[in-house]
Amino acid sequence: MRKASVHLVLLLAALYSVLPLVWLVTSATKSLGEFSTTSAFAFGHWNLGANVSALFDQDGGVFLWWIRNSLLYAGLGAVLGSLICTAAGYAIAKLSFPGRRLLFALTLAGVLVPTTALALPLYLLAAQLHVVDTFWAVFLPLLTNPFGVYLARVYADAAVPGEVLEASRMDGAGELRTFFTVALPMMRPGLVTVLLFQFVGIWNNVFLPLVMLTDPRLFPMSLGLFQWSTRVTQFPQYTPLVVTGSLLAVLPLVIAFIVLQRQWRSGLATGAVK
Amino acid sequence: MRRRRGAGFTLVLPFAVLLVLTVLVPVLYTVYLSLFTDRLSGLGFDGPRQVFVGMGNYLSVLVDRAFGQSVLTVALYALVQVPVMLVLALVLALLLDSAVVRLRQVWTLALFLPYAVPVVIGGLIWAYLYSPGVGPLASLLGFDPLSGRGILPAVVNIATWQWVGYNVVIFYTALRAVPKEILEAARADGAGPVRTALTIKVPLVRPTAFVALVFTVIGSLQLFTEPLVLRSFTGAVTSTWTPSLYVYESAFITNDYGRAAAASVLLAVVSAVLSALVMRLSTRRYR
Repeated sequence: MRKASVHLVLLLAALYSVLPLVWLVTSATKSLGEFSTTSAFAFGHWNLGANVSALFDQDGGVFLWWIRNSLLYAGLGAVLGSLICTAAGYAIAKLSFPGRRLLFALTLAGVLVPTTALALPLYLLAAQLHVVDTFWAVFLPLLTNPFGVYLARVYADAAVPGEVLEASRMDGAGELRTFFTVALPMMRPGLVTVLLFQFVGIWNNVFLPLVMLTDPRLFPMSLGLFQWSTRVTQFPQYTPLVVTGSLLAVLPLVIAFIVLQRQWRSGLATGAVK
Repeated sequence: MRRRRGAGFTLVLPFAVLLVLTVLVPVLYTVYLSLFTDRLSGLGFDGPRQVFVGMGNYLSVLVDRAFGQSVLTVALYALVQVPVMLVLALVLALLLDSAVVRLRQVWTLALFLPYAVPVVIGGLIWAYLYSPGVGPLASLLGFDPLSGRGILPAVVNIATWQWVGYNVVIFYTALRAVPKEILEAARADGAGPVRTALTIKVPLVRPTAFVALVFTVIGSLQLFTEPLVLRSFTGAVTSTWTPSLYVYESAFITNDYGRAAAASVLLAVVSAVLSALVMRLSTRRYR
């Protein structure tokens, strides 16, 4: 009896989480007319193929650029950003250098600065450097991840014993080599967590691209789909494009999260508890 | 020892440069901007001139009704969304942790999936689900979620949907770390599962809950993307509906940089003070 009610509550919560995604799948198969004539969770007359080809044809095939840009901003950004964070976190935890305390204090302060408060000054600085509406104006600020450095410091403290570093130094390895060959492999779970957080963070950020970019060929997917969605009221024919594009934008992430289950489960745990 | 210092610098350098260029300088620049305003001088033939106004921008933001309204909206939003989502997450995590549950991995995965959906797209999905004629919700709920009255619960729901699973996973992992001996001792003393949950498990995951609380509060003060997306679907979301939208509007639509900067500084200060307060409260209560 109790077992049944516990499972019933979990089932309701799971449906709440998953049904909107089911709606996205069924809706991507509908033609514009079918949005009002069919019920919300029913499939359409299998218009998915037509929708997808219309999506890639729209505005001179700009959607393909958006995919490429999202992969560059979030993929390259997360790989590079997490390495930068891990190196900094390791150095703060394990090496001594002048300004270490100050840097860590600034990092902690950086965690608290709202991203929405940074958009205006970043835009004005970029304008003075004449890099507004370029790839770098979005890419570089999103590399900065103070929370990632904080996490990396925690991981370095927990996962890299001082004796191991001493042994490596005794063997005559330089500090940089010790970091890359000894410490970094030991911090790998931490690195993956920071990478995952940063990937989602960049993938989710629209404020900065919205402010910096006007050329649609530089947009990430979410900004592009948002721009299309602002036309929906006037031009309803954008609805199938927005819905199908959203499905294509969500699918890789959902699959990645299903495949990488072990990583994020353990990663979130360490990140949250410490 | 010298070599070690050099290596420390090298490893830290990329991040330090990024932090200075993309956080520190912009923050100082915002404070600077907030002290000036553009005025037309003379008859306006020379173009605008930057004039020092001291706290003038802060005053004009603070007396601006639109700003006050946006703060009120976000405060109301946070008061509803934060407890609803965190309590829901905690309850679900406790259920998942109870002995009778099967297929835990499947449940957590299903609950976690919305976290993988970009906020813009989550907003778009719900916007369509709310839209009368397209989505089923308007007729199902008996009120229009895109109307002036329905819009706040509508946004609360979007954010809750997006983040509840993430918090369930965090709470659940913290619950798994509760020592088995304590739970067995409780059972030996005759405590039922509900009582064990309330008197033993919940107090032990309190530190985790406070960290989640800080991040949720900071996040809700910055509320921007969901209302931005909903604006195309309803007139109920004004262009200055939240402080972040207010900053966006004054910076990039009306081009009043001084006012936007002052509002940004106020937003940053409030979120810093709030998180410091929550952390303070948490350490005191915990001891």
